[in-house]
Amino acid sequence: MNKKKQHHLSYAKWGYIFILPFFLAFFIFSLIPLVDTVRYSFYEYYRSGIKEIGPTFIGLENYAELLKSDMVAYAGNTLILWVIGFIPQIVIALLLANWFTDVRLKIRGKQFFKIIIYLPNLIMASAFAMLFFALFSTNGPINSILMSIGLTDTPIDFMGTTFGTRSLIGLMNFLMWFGNTTIMLMAAIMGISPDIFEAAELDGCGSFRRFFSITLPLIRPILAYTLITSIIGGLQMFDVPQILTNGQGNPDRTSMTLIMFLNSHLKSRNYGMAGALSVYLFIVSGILCFFVYRMTNGGDDSAAKPRKHAKGGKKA
Amino acid sequence: MKKRVVSLLMATAISASLLTACGGSGSGTANATGETGGDAAAAGGTEGAVVNIYSWNDEFRTRLEAVYPEVESTSDDGTVTKLKDGVEIHWIINPNQDGVYQQKLDEALLNQATAADDDKVDIFLSETDYVFKYTDADADVAMPLTDLGIDPDTDLADQYPFTRTTASDQNGVQRGSTWQCCPGLLVYRRDIAKDVFGTDDPAAVGEKVKDWDTLKATAAELKAKGYYTFASYADTFRLYGNSISEPWVTAGETTVKVDPQIMNWIKDSKEWLDAGYFDKTVKGQWNDDWNKSMSSSSKVFAFLLPAWGIDFTLNPNWDGETGAWGVTNPPQEYNWGGSYIHAATGTDNPQHVKDIILALTANKDNLIKISRDYLDFTNTVSGMQEAATDASFASDFLGGQNAYEYFAPVAENIQIAPLSSYDQGCVELIQNAFSDYFQGNVDYDRAKANFETAIKERYPDITEIQWAE
Repeated sequence: MNKKKQHHLSYAKWGYIFILPFFLAFFIFSLIPLVDTVRYSFYEYYRSGIKEIGPTFIGLENYAELLKSDMVAYAGNTLILWVIGFIPQIVIALLLANWFTDVRLKIRGKQFFKIIIYLPNLIMASAFAMLFFALFSTNGPINSILMSIGLTDTPIDFMGTTFGTRSLIGLMNFLMWFGNTTIMLMAAIMGISPDIFEAAELDGCGSFRRFFSITLPLIRPILAYTLITSIIGGLQMFDVPQILTNGQGNPDRTSMTLIMFLNSHLKSRNYGMAGALSVYLFIVSGILCFFVYRMTNGGDDSAAKPRKHAKGGKKA
Repeated sequence: MKKRVVSLLMATAISASLLTACGGSGSGTANATGETGGDAAAAGGTEGAVVNIYSWNDEFRTRLEAVYPEVESTSDDGTVTKLKDGVEIHWIINPNQDGVYQQKLDEALLNQATAADDDKVDIFLSETDYVFKYTDADADVAMPLTDLGIDPDTDLADQYPFTRTTASDQNGVQRGSTWQCCPGLLVYRRDIAKDVFGTDDPAAVGEKVKDWDTLKATAAELKAKGYYTFASYADTFRLYGNSISEPWVTAGETTVKVDPQIMNWIKDSKEWLDAGYFDKTVKGQWNDDWNKSMSSSSKVFAFLLPAWGIDFTLNPNWDGETGAWGVTNPPQEYNWGGSYIHAATGTDNPQHVKDIILALTANKDNLIKISRDYLDFTNTVSGMQEAATDASFASDFLGGQNAYEYFAPVAENIQIAPLSSYDQGCVELIQNAFSDYFQGNVDYDRAKANFETAIKERYPDITEIQWAE
């Protein structure tokens, strides 16, 4: 009895040893910098030319300074850019996922389409942005096409207007992510028991009714998950607008996102201010993560109950 | 038991490999240079065995290989150049884009005091836009040339005075030297000149563009025939920006002073753009639209470019016949670019550094050779005056015209603007902020406010912005 117990314990020890490298690496390369970021947010610490200023403890001054700056406006920009990209993304993804999983439609080449719609996600975002920058420049190919088919006489200055720039960023985010979302939603819909669809059909349920009354409610947890991860991803939106607007959020800083704002502080190695901004972002992301946790774990009773049972079973 | 030993071994192996892999990325480059430097250690005598040179491309290396007599060979990948006395030059190249070069250089210079001898920065390069950040006497990262044993007044007497001023700190102590000097000219399309003025003679065209008022009248003439004078408002910026009377930020102060000349640029650019003298579709430089405005289908009459601009920007973008462009005097003398060579404070190879600086920036024959082989306008007053009358310097691209005839007098008349270590950000951000204003996206006050926000973000120590009336 005693021997057996020891044997069991030693296995656990090996488990810890095997996961030790990860925790060491995490501790050194993630946790310490993380704590440092928070610590420096209370300091005045930057570089002027080649001279280092600080670190001097200044309490919450960085946080107060940020609230006085245009941070809220940049948060608004980020939100708008995210919404412009997310709404078409979720609508198209739902539509496609519904079509692809509909047994009645018998779409050919499903795998092929799945690959095609996922492809834009494989391109690096910055490369994608550079491509769009070239395509939509005032003397670029899109303008040439529009002019040669007679839709416009003078080139359209896409990136010279707030509407144009924001739409382009939204379009790019939509193109990059709708494939990913489609595949995720397809998995969710395929997880619904076919019996339910069959039963609905026998009862004379049309496809619209079926979509809104059966599919949508049953994939709600995955939808919520998609929404929240997308918001967190949107909060960190950086590469596309950065490259498209040359890091300035043109015109009139209306496409400046929070992370671009953070990046412009890092140009002067302003660790203090950048740290404070990161803490703000961390808090917002933390709150959103809390919601996602609640939605995927707490909100869904049927998923939570069996697990409790399993735990109880083990104890017994 | 056996199993235990095996799994223990595996665990340690995995953890060790993980850790070394992580640790390696941080210190790998430093180790590599240190080790390769070791075997040549005895060769240099009292001098260190490795000369570390920080630069952003191979421009300096090619010129050094061409004219420095001590060079023996360079490795195929271009990272190590062996000298005849056994000392190695290690090239540490980081791209200029997004400030990467300056970041890496700053790190290295901040660690200069504690670095091992063979890892110390010996020579580094800087550009006019940010030269003052490094020549600043308070920072003291670039050695005064006199400390190296170079007397600027005699050794560098043939250099253009403005390049010596540029490389000096606020007390007038020269802390760098350049082989290159970048006076700019007005480069124009001969076919457009013939169409509008009836002649493409550089002297006649020069008369039409000799100052801003005359140029404005000429711009109206060009406009009447459907041509643009310049591509964009960014093209003219350097002419104004080079003639400011006070530095952007006076040493020891935290106020950005926007010079009256910059205000003139804002006023004139808006006026010219609204009048249709610039191409509205070209926003700034170095983008696709700007490049296309140099092609044969474009309606742009002229560009303001230095020697390197003609050879490396205009020439590759031009798709018509050679000989279609001509050069003449600009409306105002200006300088655009230039790479300065500095000796890093704390170098362990002062003798080599001195030799290299003298060979590359003070030897007239070497400089003329660089001009011939690499088309740089080089930093020798007498040499360039000779080139101006030497028919062998004529350019096919310019229809057989000898551009040095126009470059030389411009170079002699350049009054360099007073510098500060905030120049790069100020120049970049003011153009950006007012771009929106020129295009009518924001009003004047909003553009001012945007500049103030942006400059305070870039330089956290800036507290105030004063606008000239």
